[in-house]
Amino acid sequence: MAAAHEPRTRTLVSQVQLDRPVGRTVYWTVFWTLMVLFAAVFLFPLYWMASGGLKSSQEIIRTPPTVVPHQVHLSNYVAAWNDADLGRLILNTVMYALGALAFQLVFDVAAAYAFSKLRPVFGNAVLFAMLASLMIPTTVIALPTYLTANSLPFVHWSLLNTPWAIWLPSVASAFNIFLLKRFFDSIPTELLAAAAVDGAGPLRTLWSIVLPISRPILGVVSIFAVVGVWKDFLWPLLVLTDTSVQSVNVGLNQLSVGIPQNVLIAALAIACVPTIVFFLIFQRNIMAGLTAGSMKG
Amino acid sequence: MATINVTHAVARDLKAAARPARRASFGRRLRRNATGYLFLLGAVICFALFSWYPMIREVIMSFQVTNFAGATRWVGLRNYQHIMSDPDFWSAWRTTGLFTLFALVFGYAVPFFTAIVLNELRHARSYFRLLVYLPVMMPPVAAAFLWRWFYSPDDSGLFNGVLHLLHLPTVQWLQSSHTLAVLCLVLFSTWINMGGTVLVYLAALQGIPGEIYEAAEIDGAGLWRRIWHVTVPQTRLILSLMLMLQIVGTMQVFTEPYVITGASNDTTSVVYLIYQYAFNFNNYGSASALGCMLLLVLVGFAGGYLWLSSRAGEE
Repeated sequence: MAAAHEPRTRTLVSQVQLDRPVGRTVYWTVFWTLMVLFAAVFLFPLYWMASGGLKSSQEIIRTPPTVVPHQVHLSNYVAAWNDADLGRLILNTVMYALGALAFQLVFDVAAAYAFSKLRPVFGNAVLFAMLASLMIPTTVIALPTYLTANSLPFVHWSLLNTPWAIWLPSVASAFNIFLLKRFFDSIPTELLAAAAVDGAGPLRTLWSIVLPISRPILGVVSIFAVVGVWKDFLWPLLVLTDTSVQSVNVGLNQLSVGIPQNVLIAALAIACVPTIVFFLIFQRNIMAGLTAGSMKG
Repeated sequence: MATINVTHAVARDLKAAARPARRASFGRRLRRNATGYLFLLGAVICFALFSWYPMIREVIMSFQVTNFAGATRWVGLRNYQHIMSDPDFWSAWRTTGLFTLFALVFGYAVPFFTAIVLNELRHARSYFRLLVYLPVMMPPVAAAFLWRWFYSPDDSGLFNGVLHLLHLPTVQWLQSSHTLAVLCLVLFSTWINMGGTVLVYLAALQGIPGEIYEAAEIDGAGLWRRIWHVTVPQTRLILSLMLMLQIVGTMQVFTEPYVITGASNDTTSVVYLIYQYAFNFNNYGSASALGCMLLLVLVGFAGGYLWLSSRAGEE
């Protein structure tokens, strides 16, 4: 990401070309066109949603639609919050996301550490079996995974409508393990050997030496974990059938029938608030993590 | 790319792992392995339950018929024959293929050119990055409902409202033709997903050394030739990786047809049809057979990509 800072390396169009009068005119034309275009394409839909939620039920079906609501009906938002139980949906999703994050951090970090530093026999075979699952998208095996979650082998417990149904499958993320292992591989073995000489066991080494160095990659994995749960739809649709335990995506899908259009729009607007706030707070980490993750992949 | 790096890493690991193992005593080796597997335990259990076992089970179930008395029968290829005689099967593949094709035109080309243009801008760079990534952070179902509303067939929808304002005839976006409905889904999909791709391309573009552009310009290469002969070859690796990821991703489309069009206008995708077989008709055999078919196609794409990229790497 260092390239984003000055001094800039030369790109497709040279600075000399841009400094010419023609270049400057073209540049500013393109710049302002894009400014407006981006606002229209990416910001305006959000405005349309937020303002649509304020319209009365007559106004929302008016043709042509109104750009600014004639009368502000905050009651839609109140109705959406109360009737749709959005607070519970958001809280559920937060719980699923944080739980998945915790499980992934514990199990995936431990596994990556074992693959990278402890290296048990057949460790590479296990790693290969995990990475092979990258080829097999979870949507395709959703049915057998659902049947397994409905009745675990041997013990026949059902995880349906419990947080475990979200948390445990999220651990099976080969991409996280791969990213973590790659990072751990770059930690010099001498450092760990020094810790071992000082009498630190594997757990102590992981906790006091490996993890503090690995903060950047842990950040990346954490964001993937949280965003992954927040965006998932098919899997929670299958395993969270009780209204009281549903996530935002599943809950919105269910309440969309038999709710006035303007209240539904207000509900959508509320549902978007937590992730957008999360994004605005962590945007730097999210964007850096996204590119770091993909470049390393 | 991932798996290639992985194979190199695995080969290196194997060499490194062989060394200390020869010297250490049996007891120490045992303890080291026990600790290693203890650390692996949680992840291995989760993979076994939610990845490896379902994978095998999917293949087995595709050759079986299950009824709800709990009895299962082996039926050979009958599930496959059954779904191939279902008109919905062909319709679902057609929709998914069309979706993938349109997504290649929009979802693949648009982010790349957006990134190229954004990389030339000297001002407000974070504004553009922030905006393009904003839809990615919306819950997909909320965004899909929003767009379903935009596509309203009457003039109250945003798109028809704009057409109305311009005195143009309005369009039955999702209801008129199959092609247009799929195109509408692709437009939504591009809108919500392009942020991530643009940022990845931007990072790749920033890695291109300026001297190459300099040299190309001195040799008289114009803007388009510089894009074609410098930008594209320099980002070839990430372009081909994203191409593979995009094809594999769009072949699995589910949320868009499920939320925006429902089962109307034959826009049921393959994954959506698997869902219908399994959960609307309780036909696990057909669902698994279709799943196995999709899996073969996807693994074929990924395998072909790996084969091509490893050949390119050897040259």
